[in-house]
Amino acid sequence: MEELLEILGELHPDVDFENETQLVDDGILDSLDIVSLIGEIKRVFDVTVTAGDIIPDNFNTVQAMMALIERLEEEA
Amino acid sequence: MMQRHVLDDLKKTAAEKPDKIAFSDGEKGLTFAEVDAVRDSIGSYLHAQGIYNKPVVVFMQKSPEEVAAFFGVITGGCYYVPIDEEMPEGRIRLILRHVKSPLLICDETTRPRAEEMVKAEELSADIVLYEEIRAHEIRPETLEDIRARALDTDPIYIVFTSGSTGIPKGVVACHRSVIDYVEQLSEILAFDENTVFGNQSPLYFDACLKELYPTIKFGATTYLIPRTAFAMPTVLVEYLNTHRINTICWVVSALTMISAFNTFDVVKPVYLRTVAFGSEVFPVRQFNLWKEALPEATFTNLYGPTETTGMCCYYRAEHTFADDEVIPVGRPFPNREIILLKEDNTRAAAGEEGEICIRGNAVTLGYYDDPERTAAAFVQNPLQSLYPETIYRTGDIGRFGEDGNLYFVSRKDYQIKHMGHRVELGEIEVNVDLLETVKMSACVYDAERKKIVLFYVGDTEEKELLKTLKGKLPRYMLPNVIRKTEALPFTANGKIDRRAVMEQYQSKN
Repeated sequence: MEELLEILGELHPDVDFENETQLVDDGILDSLDIVSLIGEIKRVFDVTVTAGDIIPDNFNTVQAMMALIERLEEEA
Repeated sequence: MMQRHVLDDLKKTAAEKPDKIAFSDGEKGLTFAEVDAVRDSIGSYLHAQGIYNKPVVVFMQKSPEEVAAFFGVITGGCYYVPIDEEMPEGRIRLILRHVKSPLLICDETTRPRAEEMVKAEELSADIVLYEEIRAHEIRPETLEDIRARALDTDPIYIVFTSGSTGIPKGVVACHRSVIDYVEQLSEILAFDENTVFGNQSPLYFDACLKELYPTIKFGATTYLIPRTAFAMPTVLVEYLNTHRINTICWVVSALTMISAFNTFDVVKPVYLRTVAFGSEVFPVRQFNLWKEALPEATFTNLYGPTETTGMCCYYRAEHTFADDEVIPVGRPFPNREIILLKEDNTRAAAGEEGEICIRGNAVTLGYYDDPERTAAAFVQNPLQSLYPETIYRTGDIGRFGEDGNLYFVSRKDYQIKHMGHRVELGEIEVNVDLLETVKMSACVYDAERKKIVLFYVGDTEEKELLKTLKGKLPRYMLPNVIRKTEALPFTANGKIDRRAVMEQYQSKN
């Protein structure tokens, strides 16, 4: 979780990620951010996120992103 | 009769297809009859306020109503200045100070910010809500009089583009340029009444001309796709399918967002038949994915600066490309000439490099209230001195290939294309250097990784700096990598050595 928060903090130092629940729906994370984020997730966690998983439900909260990463780690 | 007012088509289309949706956000829309009525109301309101031949700021959420407000401003014989809710406050204030508009048209969400800024800038502008004027009493005779007085050389909008001095430049375009652009573009991309556009571009750029004006010309429909959809590729493609969108003119990064994550394995945009792209280089591998996913669709590369009204060159990409090939800029639209000028202001021969210059009525009127910067880029055609003829110098270097196509080579200066936006690296530096906590800064662009890289010397931390910049620069101009450093390298004549900065950056990656 800390690693993920660090990645997100680099993108938006002014956002309190742990308490946001609509990161995608409120437009806090835009397409640029998602591209960087998926690249960083690949680098740090060594999992590849593909289109089917790039949906608001998986990115609206930090917890959802972490759950996605854990699932992809298990599947790998 | 030759068309000389950009909205002449709207009256006709509204009579023929009153109940067809013209502009929609996917949930609610405005019909042609509604758009026509709203713009007449707003035009009549402007007249009642005594506002004529003036810039009118439209500061609204991206919506069908915002488009109707643009048309209302033109109907009143004025020119619109679109301001977006996502623009940072610093930039909006610069624009407001610069245009000195007598009126801001807002909606409920933008009004508080508009009021604050008008007060802070001590401007004598009125603020009115769209809701309050959209049904203002229509005065047909007055509007007819305004219409009759309009010349096709009168301005219809000002849109702002990045300026290296830190002050954005306001490009002013007239009816004639837009009428001509829409005519040529529609022919090339085969727009008609069955066209369903999926708009990506923000409405404060000239890029949205591609959808707004052909929609009223043909009685087509434009969906203003919500920004948030562009972050989620499958959501975006499903949006296209739900609304049967068949035509998109997007920046390359919006297209690669879809192809890069194997979206086509999950869902395909089944109605798409026209795909136009531009503003940056399309990586051929990504282009090929699109071409293979949609073999029946036409793909067209577009090129053109804001200063010559939207796009002015095109290339039909009819096959896939090898890894080492580039997609050409192509050929000019009819009624424009591309002149390549060498350093000595003579014409470059075939195969030679030169600055891309554009001739024709696509050349806009210039930069608003900015004679100096206008004179630097809008110049007398150096190839002839017998009569006045203004051409626009793009600052892009190009060459014509053996195939007769124009190819982009590089930039003359520090302007870059980032996520489809034109960015002057100098504008970022000026904003950073203005901070008290910063001594000096240098900005470079890592084109391969598509990252704006900022080095600075100062007392503030990287995160703090980014936070501050968010209030001054639009999102696409925010540095992606920020490095605090002890000192910056200088050239022999005392300028910051950007090449050395770039090397310093690359050595650490």
